[in-house]
This record gives sequence, C-alpha cells and structure tokens, in this order.
Amino acid sequence: MHGAFRAQRFGACKLKVKVNGKVEDVAAGTTILQYVESAGYRVDRIAVEVNRNIVPKSTYANVGLHDGDSVEIVSFCGGG
Amino acid sequence: MQSKETTQDKLVLGNKEFDSRFILGSGKYSLELIKAAIENAGAQIVTLALRRANDGGLANILDYIPDTVTLLPNTSGARNAEEAVRIARLSREICGSDFIKIEVIHDSKYLLPDNYETAKATETLANEGFVVMPYMYPDLNAARDMQNAGAACIMPLGSPIGSNKGLATREFIQILIDEIDLPIIVDAGIGRPSQACEAMEMGAAAVMANTAIATAGNVPAMAEAFRKAIEAGRTAYLAKLGRVVSKGAVASDPLTGFLQD
Amino acid sequence: MENNHINESLLNESIKEDLKQNRIDHMAYLPGMEAIDSTVMDTVVAASRSYDYDKYTAADVERALAHDNRTPEDFAALLSPAATPMLEQIAQVARYETRCHFGNSICMFTPLYISNYCQNYCIYCGFNCHNKIQRAKLDYGEIEQEMQAIAKSGLQEILILTGESRAKSNVEYIGEACKIARKYFRVIGIEVYPMNSDEYAYLHKCGADYVTVFQETYNPDKYETLHLAGNKRIFPYRVNAQERALMGGMRGVGFAALLGLDDFRKDAFATGMHAYLLQRKYPHAEIAFSCPRLRPIINNDRINPMDVHEAQLLQVVMAYRLFMPFSSITVSTRENPRVRNNLVNIAATKISAASKTGIGSHAEGLKDKGDEQFEIDDSRSVEEVYNDLLELGLQPVMSDYIYVG
Repeated sequence: MHGAFRAQRFGACKLKVKVNGKVEDVAAGTTILQYVESAGYRVDRIAVEVNRNIVPKSTYANVGLHDGDSVEIVSFCGGG
Repeated sequence: MQSKETTQDKLVLGNKEFDSRFILGSGKYSLELIKAAIENAGAQIVTLALRRANDGGLANILDYIPDTVTLLPNTSGARNAEEAVRIARLSREICGSDFIKIEVIHDSKYLLPDNYETAKATETLANEGFVVMPYMYPDLNAARDMQNAGAACIMPLGSPIGSNKGLATREFIQILIDEIDLPIIVDAGIGRPSQACEAMEMGAAAVMANTAIATAGNVPAMAEAFRKAIEAGRTAYLAKLGRVVSKGAVASDPLTGFLQD
Repeated sequence: MENNHINESLLNESIKEDLKQNRIDHMAYLPGMEAIDSTVMDTVVAASRSYDYDKYTAADVERALAHDNRTPEDFAALLSPAATPMLEQIAQVARYETRCHFGNSICMFTPLYISNYCQNYCIYCGFNCHNKIQRAKLDYGEIEQEMQAIAKSGLQEILILTGESRAKSNVEYIGEACKIARKYFRVIGIEVYPMNSDEYAYLHKCGADYVTVFQETYNPDKYETLHLAGNKRIFPYRVNAQERALMGGMRGVGFAALLGLDDFRKDAFATGMHAYLLQRKYPHAEIAFSCPRLRPIINNDRINPMDVHEAQLLQVVMAYRLFMPFSSITVSTRENPRVRNNLVNIAATKISAASKTGIGSHAEGLKDKGDEQFEIDDSRSVEEVYNDLLELGLQPVMSDYIYVG
C-alpha cells in the first residue's frame, strides 16, 4: 500500500527500486528479465533476490518489480 | 605404471566421484591464469565466491572454468549461519551445483571460522539437499556435530587462512582423520607443496589451496607442483609408511620372562 | 577353519545328547526383547569372519607398534600369529602406552555374587541350569551384610553379579542391590543378564554406572552350540546389550570373549571391534575389557582353555591395550597371582581382590550358601593384592571418580 501511494505521488510511470544498495528509477511494469538484460547482466551468470527471497531463474520473465523493492543481483568471483 | 590400488582410488563427495584430490581456490589471481592453473593442477573441483554482480558485460569467472569442473561456491562473507545459508541458496541458483563450502567468519583479525555457526548452517543446508563441505577449526566435537548434521566431508584448517604456515594444527587434524568417518580435506594455511604432501601422507582425503598458488612467481607451475605433491602424499599413504624405530623398544628387564605354560 | 575349532574339554555324555535335540532359532529376538536400530553387530561379525590372521607378517606388527593411533588393521596384526614371537617387543610398547594413559595407578575392586539361579544352559558354565549345584539368592539384609564386610576391607568399587534368571533376580531386585551398594561404595558395576535400555536406565538411577556383558564368542554358529537354552541363547540380544546400556545412560561398558571357546584370535578381534565401533558411535562411553580364559567348573574339572596359553592371553591383553590405549582392562581371578601381577605390570589396569564366585562368601554367618561359578586361581586378600601392587611400583587406587547421577 505504501508503495502504491508513493507511485502516485512521484508519477505512475516510475518506480523506485534499490538494486545492490543503489536506488534506481525503473519503469512501472518492468520484469526482472527486462531489468537484468537492459542492465547488461547475463542471466546464466547471476542470481537475483527480491526483498531477500530468491527469484528462480525460470520466473524472471513473469515477476515484475514493485516500488520500494530491494533487489540483490549476485554473481561469482574468484574465491578460496 | 600405477598399482591397482591407486587407480581405483576415488574421492567421494555427495554422489560424485573424483580422481583428483586437489581442490583449487580461484581467488587472488587473474582470470587469464585460471584455466592454466586448473589444467596444471588437474583439479576437478574449483572454489568460487559470491559477490554483488558488476553491471555491464565484464568478464565472468565462469567463462574461464572448463565445464567438466565441479563448482564449489563458498559462503565467504557470512558472519553467521543465517548469512551462510542465504549465500548458499543464491550460489545454487546461479550454477545449479549442490556443492557448498561453508565458511562462517566473524573475526576480522585471524579469520578463524566459527564452528558453532558452521554446524548450524551445515544442518540447514544438508536438509535442503546440499553437499555440505564445512570449513572449520579442527575440533573433534565440532566435527562430530557437523557429521551428525549431514556434512559430506570435514575441512579443517592447517593454519590461519592465507598464512602459508602449513600444518600448525597437525595433531588435531590427525585426530579428525582417525575418528571421523568422512573425508577430511585440509583447507587453509597450506603454503608449500611439501605441506600438502604431508597432509596427504597423514591420511587427509584431499587438500584445498589458493593463496600458495595465487602468490607464486609462476602460478601454473606452482599448481602443477601441488598436484604432484598431493599425488605423492596420497600414494605414500596408500602404500603405508615404512616402519620406524619402535618406541619404548629398549629392553631393560624383559617383561615377558614370567610366561610359563 | 573356524567351525572345526572344538574344545573337547567342554563336552560330556549328557551334553553330547542334548546337542542332538532341536533348539530354538538363536538369531531371532524373543517377545519383550528390545530390538535397536544398529549395524554394529553385523559389522563386528563380518569383520571377525573375514579376519584372516595368517596373512600378517612381522613387518605389519612392527608398523602397528610404530603408529601413534592404531587402526583395526594394526589390531588385526597385533593379534596374529606373526606377533606371538614378538611379545617382548610388544610388551615394551604396551607398558609405555599403559603408563602414558594411566600413570602407575591400578584400580581395585571385588565382585559380589548375589544370586546363582540361572535359566540358561551354557555348557561351559558352572551356573548353567542343568548343572546340579547348590542354588542360593541373598535377601536384601544379606546383601547388606556382604557389602559391609567388603567395605571394611577398604574397597570402594564393587561389581554386582547374578546368574541370569529374570525370575529369581528381577530388575527391581538388582536395583535394590545397587541402592544398598551406594551406601558403601563409590563405584558400582553390574554384570547381570542383558536387558532393555529402559531397564538399564532404571539401574543407572539406582546407582550403577558400568555394565559388563561377556559375549563369550562372537561366532554365531559356535555360539549356538554352546548356549543351548534360555534368553542367553539369543545372540543379537546379547551383542547389543552394551549399546542398550549406553542408550540407558550408563557411563561405561565392558566387553569380553571367553577365550578358549572358539578361535581366540577371531573372538578377541571381534571383541576389540565391538568396543571400537561403540566408542566411535558413543564417544563419551568409557570402554573396558575383560580377558577371561576358560576354567574348570563343578561337575567338569576337565574344562581348560585349550590353545590359549599364557603367551596367547598376554598377546590378547596387549593387543587390546595398543588398539584402545585409554580402555580399562581387568585381569580375572581365573588367573594365578604370578600372571596377574605381570599383566598389571604391562597392560591391565584393574584387578579384583578377595574374589569369591560363590553366594554369601564374604560375611561371617553367610558362608557357602550357594556354589561357585568357576574355580578361582588367586585367593589373595585385598591387603595382599594391595601390597603386591606397591611392590611392583604401582599405585593401588580404590576409586578415581564420583557418581554424578
């Protein structure tokens, strides 16, 4: 409800979404798949959490982002 | 020619079998060297860490690791069981591998693992079907807890991470090898091939190393040196070490002179 | 090989006749017997069956001696014929291990037989239900008198024994004996018929901390021909007794094969493996071994341990010590003072004194109520054993622990 209120106040077309700690403006209706592809991520190299819940890769095209969502996108790096 | 005993000698973790007993870390060196290091190490398991992704199409480490290699993500960065579980689940989501090395550290000075939190995370993740490989301080009771929690192996540290000090915990690792019915994989602190060899002679099931290779003058060559040392140590273990002078063998008064019938 | 191993001294005409009768399945639990979920028995029996002691060499024995922590393979080598000519060398290492773990201390205790009624038919045992002996059972007052007499000698540890008859000496009766013992002793062990884990828990509550069960032999086929009737006939219920005792909260458990019944090397190997596996499964458990050899009994004075001579007995005791250096090893009054003194000098850590295997043998006025289980070969008093230990440079210890419930 809080998110919907903010969406009206700041204009219906933009959502505020926190991605890896940084707040970004995202168009309403954007799916995870659309977001990660437009940001240049390779789907087979990442995992995505929205509000601490893992989003299964197979559902990226169906899950939309909401105002106030906190998104973590992670990938592997070298490690011991 | 290899003996029958050594050709059939497999490291079993979860439902996978491995010929190599060298687990290679991929941290602290350039991506370009990884492929050569893996090849020279003969490694079939390579560890990885999870980080927030860089946006853009930067080089990804997975592009440098052959498909035949089993990926072993670790939970570095986790300070408690809950965080380790979160990282493990995310890692599985990326690569689909059930293998996870649990690393729970909330000591920034010595980077010593927290056995208690590690055992808790082991239980949670084993119940979720992970092949759990807990990195731990070599304590027998903690190792038993992890075994009972469903660990696939136990990974005691030889000495503090990155210290290259070798088997400072030798006696305690030996106890784990003797008492725990799981592969004991010596992880952390192994600085030289000779130390890796010693761990294998003791009966360790495998050795994991990273810094020693990453900081070598010639990374691929050092990976090869470790492979050879680990193979030599394993073969020596299977061959059973030779006799040494028996302790207490100095006969003062014979103890068995009393025997009659 | 193993099935040809027959100790003829056990057999007389009537036993030969009884062996021809049909007998119940010795591997099937009887009603009321708790069956636990455990793989220990199968592992032990399989290990013993496949133990091929002729394949070991002197080099294997030397390698075993050189190890800090000895494996089942090392134990197998130490029990093998290859080790028999190396007893002196082994004894030096065994004594070193014993002193490392126990210093110079040797625990003293005495057994107290409170009943010799038995419903089992074990052909080598003086208490067996077909043996015509004088039967007796002490009442609570008599138990107290016996314990008072024993406590006066300075002993603080007691081992309560009964013949194996649930009818004549039920769990409650044994529990009362433990409660009485608490008044006079610091350490209470029981050596009674195997029971269920809840019954062990009850006896633990009554004050008992240690349970000893002799398996006699770990070869199920041989076991069947030696235990012709009674609950004891059920092999798995007996093998799993120690595990049930630990499940019931007992602090420690004791193991033994009766050496001479079957191939002693295989039986000793099985005994060690049994203890080893349970110690791994229950790391807190204290482990004890006894090393009895067959002895003559009333109505059969020919019984002897056949090929288990003193050298073989010593070999077994030392192999237990080297395999499980932390274990308590008791040396039986079946052996004479010379053998017992030497065994505690090398590897044993516990010795009984003033032992009697009859009923009512300690207190004045209760003399000879019931006959003995077997002939003892060491009639030394507590004081005599105590002084002999001091003379050997050893430290007699009456109790090294307190009961904490």
